[in-house]
Amino acid sequence: MDASLPAHMRPERSFQGFILALQRFWAEQGCVILQPYDMEMGAGTFHPATTLRALGPKPWNAAYVQPSRRPKDGRYGENPNRMQHYYQFQVIMKPSPPNLQDLYLKSLAAIGIDSAVHDIRFVEDDWESPTLGAWGLGWECWCDGMEVSQFTYFQQVAGFECAPVAGELTYGLERLAMYVQGVDRVYDLNFNGREGDAKVTYGDVFLQAEQEYSRHNFEHADTAMLFEQFKMAEAACRKYLDAGWREGGNRKQHLMALPAYDQCIKASHVFNLLDARGVISVTERQSYILRVRELAKACGEAWIHTEAGGAA
Amino acid sequence: MPDLLLELFSEEIPARMQAKAADDLRRLVTDKLVAEGLVYEGAKAFATPRRLALTVHGVPARQPDLKTERRGPKVGAPDAAVQGFLKATGLKSLDEAKIQRDPKGDFYIGLIEKPGRDAIDVLAEILPVIIRTFPWPKSMRWGARSGKPGSLNWVRPLHAITATFGLETEEPDVVRFEVDGIETGQTTYGHRFLAPSAISVRRFEDYEAKLLDAKVVLDPERRKDAILTDAKQLAFAQGFDLVEDQNLLDEVSGLVEWPVVLMGSFEQEFLKTPDEVIRATIRNNQKCFVVRDPKTGKLASKFILVANIEATDGGKTIIGGNERVIRARLSDAKFFYETDLKTRLEDRLPKFEQIVFHEKLGTQAARIKRIERLAAEIAPFVGADVAKATRAAHLAKADLLTEVVGEFPEVQGLMGKYYALAQGEDASVAAACEEHYKPQGPADRVPTDPVSIAVALADKIDTLVGFWAIDEKPTGSKDPYALRRAALGVIRLIAENALRLSLMKVAASALGGLSAKPADAQKLPSDLLAFFADRLKVQLREQGARHDLVDAVFALGGQDDLLMIVRRVEALGKFLDSDDGKNLLAGTKRASNILSIEEKKDKRSFDGAPDAALYSLGEEKALAKAIGVVKAEAGAAVAKEDFAAAMSAMAKLRPPVDAFFDKVRVNDDDTRVRENRLKLLNEIRSATRAVADFSKIQD
Repeated sequence: MDASLPAHMRPERSFQGFILALQRFWAEQGCVILQPYDMEMGAGTFHPATTLRALGPKPWNAAYVQPSRRPKDGRYGENPNRMQHYYQFQVIMKPSPPNLQDLYLKSLAAIGIDSAVHDIRFVEDDWESPTLGAWGLGWECWCDGMEVSQFTYFQQVAGFECAPVAGELTYGLERLAMYVQGVDRVYDLNFNGREGDAKVTYGDVFLQAEQEYSRHNFEHADTAMLFEQFKMAEAACRKYLDAGWREGGNRKQHLMALPAYDQCIKASHVFNLLDARGVISVTERQSYILRVRELAKACGEAWIHTEAGGAA
Repeated sequence: MPDLLLELFSEEIPARMQAKAADDLRRLVTDKLVAEGLVYEGAKAFATPRRLALTVHGVPARQPDLKTERRGPKVGAPDAAVQGFLKATGLKSLDEAKIQRDPKGDFYIGLIEKPGRDAIDVLAEILPVIIRTFPWPKSMRWGARSGKPGSLNWVRPLHAITATFGLETEEPDVVRFEVDGIETGQTTYGHRFLAPSAISVRRFEDYEAKLLDAKVVLDPERRKDAILTDAKQLAFAQGFDLVEDQNLLDEVSGLVEWPVVLMGSFEQEFLKTPDEVIRATIRNNQKCFVVRDPKTGKLASKFILVANIEATDGGKTIIGGNERVIRARLSDAKFFYETDLKTRLEDRLPKFEQIVFHEKLGTQAARIKRIERLAAEIAPFVGADVAKATRAAHLAKADLLTEVVGEFPEVQGLMGKYYALAQGEDASVAAACEEHYKPQGPADRVPTDPVSIAVALADKIDTLVGFWAIDEKPTGSKDPYALRRAALGVIRLIAENALRLSLMKVAASALGGLSAKPADAQKLPSDLLAFFADRLKVQLREQGARHDLVDAVFALGGQDDLLMIVRRVEALGKFLDSDDGKNLLAGTKRASNILSIEEKKDKRSFDGAPDAALYSLGEEKALAKAIGVVKAEAGAAVAKEDFAAAMSAMAKLRPPVDAFFDKVRVNDDDTRVRENRLKLLNEIRSATRAVADFSKIQD
């Protein structure tokens, strides 16, 4: 931890200071620090900086905060740590460096988690995303019995083998910050590190939003419109993918993988909303997941035929 | 003789894979050594979260020289054949070959001497192959090399390989090889946090000792012992007993290299939640142990955690952190439990109409209705109240839809019981909610409450008949619906509670309740019965009893009363252990053998009563008389289900049968006498069929 920081910027006092400390740490490891992707998504992994950049031979090191939307996890602001909107901090390094575990531990030190007094463990957790056609092996990282991060070596994304393999770290920011700040309720987190009248809490920023979105997600989201949006996103994704092949579909070079993938992200989020509204039956659920996966795979295929995806 | 030390140092290996991996490493290396003619004295393998280690001691320094003979062409064979032979054997000319004569002519024999290689060279060849092909259940690629084809797969990134070989008295050599860019050496690393520096090691003894200095307990058994001892002591010091849990102990010992056992607390109010739920929460989610108060047998508000470090603050922070997580988890569990209590079990049932049990067997709701009907039908045979059995079957599955069971599937049934009691159900009904899943395996308790028995049987028989009807029977090692366990459960329920039940009738009734109607519905109950016979045999074999006797009893046909079958098999087993039994079996087999030979010869059977007028010898008459008496006595005894008495009656056959074979020639010259004697032999066979088909019994 940086001792020169003013009190209100220290990671153990300020949520934003906490995020900045992580960003700074990973910037020093050579990562590009991105800003959140401007679309609703269920996890930082959906960001094209992870999903698509994990594919292909080109090296890629990035870190970013990504707001994650999990409509079903909304609790009207009444649960101390469950929310339909929260932050993930995502790091991706391709190829995975040999000292990634050490870097991870150092990043914990940078946010005030000292391995001399905390019990940090790597507990088996294989990661799989059926919607992204992706899987990897790794761990959930425990700090004193609490899961604070996911650590994954991507083996496959969008149905394609990762060559080389990327290492991915996902930090649950609120949970970690709660631990570091010593609060039991997420809404009590000190957001800006100030005290007295100047103090802004996580609740000040997000409690109303949690209440409103819970109402929206569970009761009012317009399902007829959402069903339509799903179809439209799916169709648009296909359309852009078809149109993106250069020189009349020779399938050697693709020019529109990213816009197509946006539609895949869209479809996935719309599906999550429909799921939260309880209008998708168990059997249909599977088929929706499959439809999104097919889109993700097709986008992955397009991506590896783009310049950043490594096409010659 | 020299020893081998091998260590594969990696990122954290999943706890559940460690023991098998250590065992695989030992087996693969030692098998290969033996195959290479290097017979070793002993081997032991170890695993920690970050390393697999193997020591093989007493490995010969060199392979023995190998001498083999190779047969070549005939003397005078064409030159091409001779040249080929010289090339294959490495001989310079035919002068170096021997000539050997055999019935086919004279042949050249080449003696090939293959000098043994140094063991260290053999190791350098076999170890990389074993590492590259190591049988991890799941493995992965990593790092820059994963961009190229053929990169190493390991359970998690592999960082270093230590491989030394040498005598105790000398500085050992490094077994030189390279796997995916990792060169072997003598350097390993200590505990990730407590002693992370590099350590140079020579051989197993100093390796294990230096690791211990570097806060790594190499032997998983030592870690387990340490955890168990410390955990018990810590509990005892506070006046509690540790709730021991072998699976948890195995797992946590695979999560630490330096176990440090600590105790934490939670709030008393959580103890209002059932003990099993608290335990499941703490165990499954946090991998911690619970303790109980020896006075009450109930859980205490403490838990025991196993950390991987000696913290500079004595563990205060670690305990505090774990307490926070456990508090949050328990408050979730308490919330689930209290929420569950607000809904009556029967009010959950309509949801089952939306839940498919199996695509071809309909919804859970339909299945519950079938079990209700079947339980009511079975109830009178097991002494259960029909109304209670029906009620229990109605509610028994409802807890599957509760929050607690959704979170912790292993407390299914048990929660049903708690919720049933809480809503004022009869004690037997509540017990059946839990016990109808029993027995889960050969070691599980068999319920004795008649209501539980009725529902347990109905549940299992519905499952068996259902999957039989849609032709989803177990095959080989595949039994996805645990049908073998269900059948064994039925057998144990019936046998251990001495129940009288016609399985054929119950199966037919269960089949009638299914909407799926198989094509060969007629055959189904008897097919299923054959499956029960198989399970019974397996069970008897596992108990060390004779399983061929099951066939001997089933071969009688029409046997579908499991209790009677079991009793008959038991009595038969005892009888066959006696001299009378053994001799009668021998006599009966002799009679059967003679009969089958003569039946084949004459192309006819010798059924029908013998003609008393044709008996000429005393032994014939005595046997005929004995058969009459035994048939009557054994038949009467069987009718009374007194199989021991039936066997005693059988014993009376032995002297006249022995005397008959001693004195009487069956194949008499007079064809009528011969036929009559064969009919008498046939009578022996039929008399013994009162208790079993002796021809199915193995000698």
